[in-house]
Amino acid sequence: MSVETLKAVDAAPITRPEVEDFLYLEAALLDEWRLPEWLDLFTDDAIYDIPPTDIAADASSANNLFYIADDRYRLGERVKRLMKRTAHAEYPHSKTRHQISNVRILSQEAGLVEVTCNFTTYRTKDDFSNFFFGRLLHTLDISGDDIKIKAKRVVLDTNGLRNQGRISIIL
Amino acid sequence: MNPNSNDPLVMIDNERHLFKVSRSNFTDPEVFAKERERIFSTCWLYLGHESELKKPGDFVTRVVGGRSIVFNKDRQGEMRALFNSCPHRGAQVCRERKGNAKAFQCFYHGWVFGQDGALRSQPGEDSYAQGFKDDPDSNMRQVPRLESYRGLYFICYDPQAVTLEEYLGNAKEYLDLVCDQAVDGMEVIGGTQEYAMNANWKLLVENSIDGYHAVSTHATYLDYLKSMEGGLTDVGLKGVGKDLGNGHGVIEYTAPWGRPAGQWISLWGEEGKNEIDALNARNEKLYGKEKADRIAYKNRNLLIFPNLIINDIMSLTIRTFFPQSPSLLHVNAWAAGPREESEAARQFRLSNFLEFLGPGGFATPDDVEALEQCQLGYRNSQEARWNDISKGMKLDEPSMDDEAQMRAFWREWDRRLTGSEQAQGVGA
Ligand code: FES
Ligand SMILES: [Fe+2]
Repeated sequence: MSVETLKAVDAAPITRPEVEDFLYLEAALLDEWRLPEWLDLFTDDAIYDIPPTDIAADASSANNLFYIADDRYRLGERVKRLMKRTAHAEYPHSKTRHQISNVRILSQEAGLVEVTCNFTTYRTKDDFSNFFFGRLLHTLDISGDDIKIKAKRVVLDTNGLRNQGRISIIL
Repeated sequence: MNPNSNDPLVMIDNERHLFKVSRSNFTDPEVFAKERERIFSTCWLYLGHESELKKPGDFVTRVVGGRSIVFNKDRQGEMRALFNSCPHRGAQVCRERKGNAKAFQCFYHGWVFGQDGALRSQPGEDSYAQGFKDDPDSNMRQVPRLESYRGLYFICYDPQAVTLEEYLGNAKEYLDLVCDQAVDGMEVIGGTQEYAMNANWKLLVENSIDGYHAVSTHATYLDYLKSMEGGLTDVGLKGVGKDLGNGHGVIEYTAPWGRPAGQWISLWGEEGKNEIDALNARNEKLYGKEKADRIAYKNRNLLIFPNLIINDIMSLTIRTFFPQSPSLLHVNAWAAGPREESEAARQFRLSNFLEFLGPGGFATPDDVEALEQCQLGYRNSQEARWNDISKGMKLDEPSMDDEAQMRAFWREWDRRLTGSEQAQGVGA
């Protein structure tokens, strides 16, 4: 199913399979390094957050040091950067596999849908492979023609990044 | 058998202005064992910041120099550092990363310890000899030395070590320039960046005070700043690198990025400008113009030997790291700022931090990649044997993109490991 078929009908609630298809599409774009297209999935005021693992999962980036706390501008710059050869940490690009499961719709109201799912993302860089895992929280905006991501928070279940080293890919 | 085993670990030729470091220092398990004994067991090591323990009973647990430590504040408000091992059979007593506790109970057999580590009670107490509880061996051991400088707490496993102040020596001037940015004290901001590199810890020492690599390693970060409306001033990267003695080193320089400590960029708007102006005016009143300008416009990458980095750059970070093996290091990094800082200023500080620093930033991941590539390159260290740290050696006043501050580290490292004094009395 393509993203076009996922258009939100006025006031009609979105279903879990529709949300799943959207999240699978997002994962596929990341795995294929089609990052500019991935970026198009976001609203203009979107945020992308990865809190550290020694504070509450819903902590605010306004008064805590995160791993990543991108507004839409910085997220765009992140994508631009990762598409350059001079983003040394990701050159040559890692191979990644974003796995998603346990998708649940938590709420939907006024065109905004809160979704949670579990994730495991595998990464191979040179001779090393490792993985990230935890929970994703998406706020989806379904008020327009296309589903858009208004907020994405990645809650890691590891203690820090001792096995992963860094988050140079997008989770 | 290593055919090069008679080579020095550090080779200094002052006449030819050459400074070479053996690559075996980054791979050899014997060197690693000696470092644990002669550096991590004898040097002052950063433990934590006073602001992390606010109330009596607050504690954090931390691995420092390979030891498991409880850092806590007791009922009287005194800071303490305890070895996190039960005197009974050795289990880690405190298993939480942070919290507040009136007492610590080891879950294995149920011994209970006070905030000072003293044994308070144990089940089946009457089966023990009289006076058992009064024997110091029945208590959790205290770390032999715990001292602080301006809110930064350090520990040392060597009871004979010089005082922290003496150890810090000339580095204190630079710590003051950081701490004097706050009138109500500095605080560590919530959230720790905990990450790792498949690289020897000394590579991160060098990298953290390396003014030479920015243009090529961090091209994408500089692109980013350039692309941002008002993200940069026209100030150039310019300054000096210094050997501060005792293995400490610093680079101090001007740079085009915004500094929440006093260098405004137009991105921060009029309100941001007013705030920065007020900050600089306050500092001028407190410290005089010269020092206030130095606080505001000079960046500092400071190394406190062996493994504490305080980078007062586009943001302020405290970073410490420990080797797990010759080719693996763990990093803990924090952001810090003045307690009295406004919400808006705090935002700029954190935003600046995340753009550059940390495992998800636009710069640090490329540093990690560089260090890991070096470590991979050291597979050839029997044949391709030497690292070069000579840059700027012939200069009277080495610049921030020279390597004097790294030579400071390596001289002290060599002195502690081998007893070599080959570097003494030499200029930068
Ligand atoms: S090991 Fe702690 S009570 Fe026995
Ligand atoms: Fe760097």
